[in-house]
Amino acid sequence: MKNFGYSIIKQRTIDYDQFDGRLLNEILEMESSFKVCLSCGGCTATCSAGDLVSFNVRRMNLLLRRGETMELESEIKKCMLCGKCMLVCPRGINLRNVIMLIKKSILKYKLSG
Amino acid sequence: MDFPPSFILPFTIGLLFISVFLVIITGIWISGLPRIDKSRIIKSIFTRKSLQAIRETFMEALLHRKIFRKNPVLGYMHMSLAFGWFLLIVVGHIDAVNHYQTFSVPAYKAIFMRYFVTEPATTLSGKMLAASMDLLLLFVLSGVMLAYFKRLNSRMFGMKKTTKLKMGDRIALSALWLIFPLRFLAEGVSAGIHHNGSIISQPTGQLLASALPVQSIEMPLWWAYSGALGMFFLALPVSRYMHIPVEVVMIFLRKYGIKVQKRVSGYSRIQVYSCSRCGICLDSCQMTHADIKDTQSVYVLKHIRNKNLTDEKLFNCLLCGRCQPDCPVGLELNNLRMTQRIESTKEYNSSYEYLKNGPVVVSPQTEVIYFAGCMTHLTPAIIKSMKEIFAVAGVKYWFMDEDKTACCGRPLMQVGQYEAAKKLIEHNREKIMASGAKKLVVSCPICYKVFNEDYALPGISVQHHSEYLLELMADKRLPINKLPLRVVYHDPCELGRGSGIYHQPRLLLDEYAEVIPIKNEKEAAFCCGGSLANIKIQMDERNQIRDKAMDEYLSYQPDVLATACPLCKKTFAKSRDLPVHDIAEIVCMAIRQKKDASSDKIKSKKELKMELWG
Repeated sequence: MKNFGYSIIKQRTIDYDQFDGRLLNEILEMESSFKVCLSCGGCTATCSAGDLVSFNVRRMNLLLRRGETMELESEIKKCMLCGKCMLVCPRGINLRNVIMLIKKSILKYKLSG
Repeated sequence: MDFPPSFILPFTIGLLFISVFLVIITGIWISGLPRIDKSRIIKSIFTRKSLQAIRETFMEALLHRKIFRKNPVLGYMHMSLAFGWFLLIVVGHIDAVNHYQTFSVPAYKAIFMRYFVTEPATTLSGKMLAASMDLLLLFVLSGVMLAYFKRLNSRMFGMKKTTKLKMGDRIALSALWLIFPLRFLAEGVSAGIHHNGSIISQPTGQLLASALPVQSIEMPLWWAYSGALGMFFLALPVSRYMHIPVEVVMIFLRKYGIKVQKRVSGYSRIQVYSCSRCGICLDSCQMTHADIKDTQSVYVLKHIRNKNLTDEKLFNCLLCGRCQPDCPVGLELNNLRMTQRIESTKEYNSSYEYLKNGPVVVSPQTEVIYFAGCMTHLTPAIIKSMKEIFAVAGVKYWFMDEDKTACCGRPLMQVGQYEAAKKLIEHNREKIMASGAKKLVVSCPICYKVFNEDYALPGISVQHHSEYLLELMADKRLPINKLPLRVVYHDPCELGRGSGIYHQPRLLLDEYAEVIPIKNEKEAAFCCGGSLANIKIQMDERNQIRDKAMDEYLSYQPDVLATACPLCKKTFAKSRDLPVHDIAEIVCMAIRQKKDASSDKIKSKKELKMELWG
């Protein structure tokens, strides 16, 4: 078959009935400044880790809100915690705490199942 | 054989209990030291270091020299209680040895001597000793009186704040407050009955005898005195007064060269128990400017001891280190907090497998590796100035992180991710070593500290740009031009208290502008509030801390606020009260001005000020 450079996208359905909101709720409760994120992407533009590998801080918010914890876990490992994102954030979101909280909470919920 | 009276029981039980407890707990702590620290003890114990430790114990644990420096009244209160009590014990024993004419006097016979020895002293030495015991007790009582007043009004003692007490502390504190007045009364009543008192206890005794039925209250008073002593000893392990014996152990170990390491060890536990919760650290803490009042070192140490430290408190600290020089016990407050942060986050350190080092291509003539740092990339004016200065001085340099470089690792370390930071350190280290250059110049104090302390870089000298520019100037590679500007220099925490660099930036600035000395500088310098070490603080709280520092700087009416840290610059610049510049920018501005002057374009002070606002 002729290869046109296209492929079929894998089906990605998020079943919100299966949504596990524990992680999201905990993060929003512990670091409420994260609620005001307007997804401007400033954090991603300045990110030191993003320079070296495909890593998108803004997408973290999306993954968290969709409950895609598996993907979130492998993404968040890439952050070097340098803090540039926090300094450029127009909403003054405490992003380094968000990242540390996500790391800790993922571990916590894995342990408790 | 006649049995001693039963009132000595509370005291004897208490003393036995605390002695056994202290021996066991010290044994556990010392056996919990890393092997290298144990060998340090063995190597140093029979050297001069032990004598120095005894001297320090005397100066700090008894005389409380450091508290005297903070406030004389507070110092006197501590000295009269500690040194006075110590002398009461020593002189009391000499008195007993002198009376019984034997060296094997049991403790209770010395402590309750005025009960057992009912005849007045006849020899001159006996009279002298009895009189000095009376005076010593008066000395201690004056301290107890001050302690009563301090509880009522701590401001009188130069302390704005004082710590809250818990149950064990209350019991021990009440016992401590009762011991000496009860001793005074018991000795007075005995003197009233037997006329065995001295210069103070005898008149007191006569007064008491004239007003009270002394015969019937003598025994209850001695019981109460012994009970207060016993209660104090029993409550000691669960109270903050545990610092009294543990501090001595700590001073010895510290003199032997033992330090708090990255991991919790016997020594870190000893330090935690050495905290007297005096609360002096509360006064210097800037978190109170943002109304955060429960995360200071004294509380964190208390929570470590009580095993109920939460992340919210542990990580709500700027690690600026301002409390450390003030601690009268000299505890390593930042390092103690770090051991807990490492412990708290050890289970999720990243491994950064994506970091791959390509070939490092650097010209062999390269003199200097320049590492700007992540934060400096957000303040491009500093990078621009450094480039210009390098060009003027004709320095061949390699700009290591001009494009796409890993972080230095310090921000990870500050939140306890030590293992993760090691990965970044190794990655950057390989690059630096491969470059072949012998000097690494860093623009960010956060990076500077980690390059200096945690990178193994044999043969490479690490310098912050303030040190490096000073060196260039001394080598006459930079033109000098003093601008007519008044400058307040803000010491960055990581450069000042963190790395001990106070003078180089000032010496450099002095050549290019006029530096105004201010009250809170060098060791007492403010934190800008932007510190990466605090991950819990909110932006508005950071701003409050910054504004308070800014208010002080503004009171000196400077033309410009100078700093040597991109993060401090960024934090202060947001307030828009003063133009804020890095020292590299000021040096660069002065050099540019000199160039202009040679072509007759000299700027007026007003024009310069306008330029500062950029």
